Formats: sequence, C-alpha cells, structure tokens
Amino acid sequence: MEYTEISGSKIPLISAKLTLADLLGGLMVRFDINRNNYKVRPGLYGIGKPGQDSPVLVTANYKLSFDIVRKNLEGLNAWLIVLDTKGINVWCAAGKGTFGTIELVKRIIESGLEKIVSHRTVILPQLGAVGVSAYKARMMTKFKIVYGPVRACDIKKFIAGGMEKDAGMSEVSFNWRDRLAVAPVELVQSSALIAALIILGAVFSLPFDKSYAARLAPLMIQYIAAVLAGVFVFPLLLPYLPFRAFSLKGGVLGILYCLLIAFICHISFYGSLIMSFITIPVISFIAMNFTGSSTFTSQAGATLEVKRSIPVMAVVFIAGISLNILKTLNILGGH
Amino acid sequence: MNIDITGSFKEVTVVWKYIKNGESLLIDADKCTGCGTCLEVCPHSVFILKYKKALINLRDACMECGACKLNCPAGAIEVNSGVGCAAAVIGGMLGKKAPDCGCC
Repeated sequence: MEYTEISGSKIPLISAKLTLADLLGGLMVRFDINRNNYKVRPGLYGIGKPGQDSPVLVTANYKLSFDIVRKNLEGLNAWLIVLDTKGINVWCAAGKGTFGTIELVKRIIESGLEKIVSHRTVILPQLGAVGVSAYKARMMTKFKIVYGPVRACDIKKFIAGGMEKDAGMSEVSFNWRDRLAVAPVELVQSSALIAALIILGAVFSLPFDKSYAARLAPLMIQYIAAVLAGVFVFPLLLPYLPFRAFSLKGGVLGILYCLLIAFICHISFYGSLIMSFITIPVISFIAMNFTGSSTFTSQAGATLEVKRSIPVMAVVFIAGISLNILKTLNILGGH
Repeated sequence: MNIDITGSFKEVTVVWKYIKNGESLLIDADKCTGCGTCLEVCPHSVFILKYKKALINLRDACMECGACKLNCPAGAIEVNSGVGCAAAVIGGMLGKKAPDCGCC
C-alpha cells in the first residue's frame, strides 16, 4: 500500500479505481453473500494527492459503501475518514448509533486531523445525521460538520459548488431501480420460507402413487412463483398498490396473483381457494418485510402493521392447510 | 412544495407515505430559532421554514428517523425514533427486546 507523509503522519493512500475483486465482492453482498463480514479497516485514508487544503469526507466501514465513495472521488484530492460501523452502511449504522457522534469525534482526534489539514470542515453523508449530532461534534473537535449529499455520486458536484446542495442532493430517492436492487437480499432471506413451502407442497401431494409428481409440480410452481411475486413484483408495484400498510398492499398483490394463476392454469374453484389461502399470506408477509428495505417507514407504523396483520396471515394460512386436508380426505367431495 | 405524485417510472419528486408516519413529531415553536438545520438533515423534506420558524409540512412522509431531533441545536424537536422494519419488530417481540435487526 502507498502512503503519503504529511505533518509527520503516514496516511495510507487508496485508489478511486475499483478492481474486479471489488466488483465481484459488491455483487455478492447484493445477494447476501458475506454481507455481514464485508469490512474495511477504520481510520484516515488519502485519495489522489491530498494536502492541507483538501476536503475531508466521512463514510462507514461497510466495504460496499467505502467502494462507492472512493469510486466517486476519482480525480479529486481528498481525505476520507472511515468510521467503525461494524461493516454496516451509513444509514443503518446511524440508526443504530455506530455511525455516531462519539465514533466520529474519536476518529477525528485519533487521526490527528487538526495537524493534517489547515481548514476546520468535515463533510458527512447527509444520512449520517440520524446518528451524529453535528453541533455536539463541533463542540468536541472544533471541526464544523457539514452534511453533504445523500448519494456519493453528487459529492464532486457538491464540493465544486462550494458545498451547496441543490434540491435533488438531499432527497432519498426510491425509484424502481433502487427498489429492485434490494430484492435479491429479500429473496435469500426468504429461503427458510421457500423451504417450508416446498415441504408443504410435498406433503399436500401425498400419497406416493403414480400421479404424485403430477400433483406436486403445479403446487411447486404456484408457491415458488408466489414468493418471486412477493420478492420482485411487489417492489416494482409498490407505489401503485392501494393502501399504505405494506401487508395490505401485499394482500392486494396476492389476490391479483391468485386470479392470474387460476385463470392461466385453469385451476378448479376449490384448488384456487386453497392456493389463495396459502399464497396470499405468503406474499403479504414478504411484502411486509420489505418495510426494512424501504426508505420511508416509521417504527410506529411497522409495529402496528406487524401486530394487526400477523394474526390474520396465520389464521388464513392455517385455514388453507385445513382446507387441503379436507380435500385430501375427500370430505368436501374433492373436485 | 407539496407535490404528491406517488411514484413513477420517471424521475419525479415522490412523496412516500406510510401508516403512523410522523405522529410523534413535535416542534416547540418557542425554542425554535429558525436555523434551518432540520430542513438540511431531513431525508424526506418534511419541514419548511416560515416566519423564521420550522414548520411540519409533510407529516405523512416523516419516517421518524430522528436526525432532526439529534441535530437541533435548540433542542426544539421531539420524535420517537426507531427502525421501521417489520422483521426487526418481529425479532424484538420474539426476543422481548427493543426492535433491532441483524440485517442492516
């Protein structure tokens, strides 16, 4: 690793260029692989040829955040303070307090920043404000804390514009690309649910006879497609589905899903009913979990939603299983 | 300011609304000095500045993240902040702890 010497301190230099390994690692964490252990060492780094007048930026030690920031600093001479956020991104870490006032103050003092730069300004990502109290950090370090843009891609423009934010820089966007980018993690985190549904389908298709596979296959398709609808279609349709609670939006999507599948696959009324009772709660549950990936849900709302909808989902799901047992036992006349 | 286009495939200003959003958000107008810090840190443009006081303009958009309360030098803002994540809420209920998540 290269270093730069300034005021008697040796500061490691980092590149703005991402390697293939960086890109692959970034892709993997998007699919929840190694996501909880994707860290960089906290501390002060230099990028380009930083000097006494270079701006100082702050980020988290989640390597994906670190990589996005340094990539967007290409061509700039700057200092980058990496806080120890336990490998968590800025916004979530700020919510937990690890991207916080004390950690920031500690890193500013420990790095000897006051001897390295002649100015007294530190730029934080705006979403760090959830964990950092700017006026308190200033009292403790004499450094003025400026909240920069939400997104790293606006940093250069922000600095070039004399540290002034235009309207778009402070808004958290959540467009369809943003919403789809978080879907793969939701899919991986639904793996236990998928496994449970596969087991359920396998049991529903009993007994083991010549037509077992013929009964199993459509159930598998119904259930897996329902999970995929919850994971990928729900985020896409989020702004267009009625109601504010995600579980209700998911319920609407579940009804649409069942109507579509019943229509396309010519499923009997009774079969459609069982499918609805199983898959609508599944889609609604996955949809409700998307609150964690979304950018605008309050804890009070999420708590209310969980308390109201989990019992309903459970009752409907159990009713679906019961209906299927009745069907298997031929009590209701089967088809 | 109060544009209400709920999502689009074009890049437009979106006001995302959610149940119970912003219910606990309070500004003490007597303490507020009109410095505008809350406008600067709010990720959803909830506040506006009028007559040198911060006012709540888009309460439904407030996700209660707490950035405004933490950064208000006058201590004029109150809000019950926390993670708005159903999985964390469920985890909190099962573990009987405050909602927290290992996921993010």
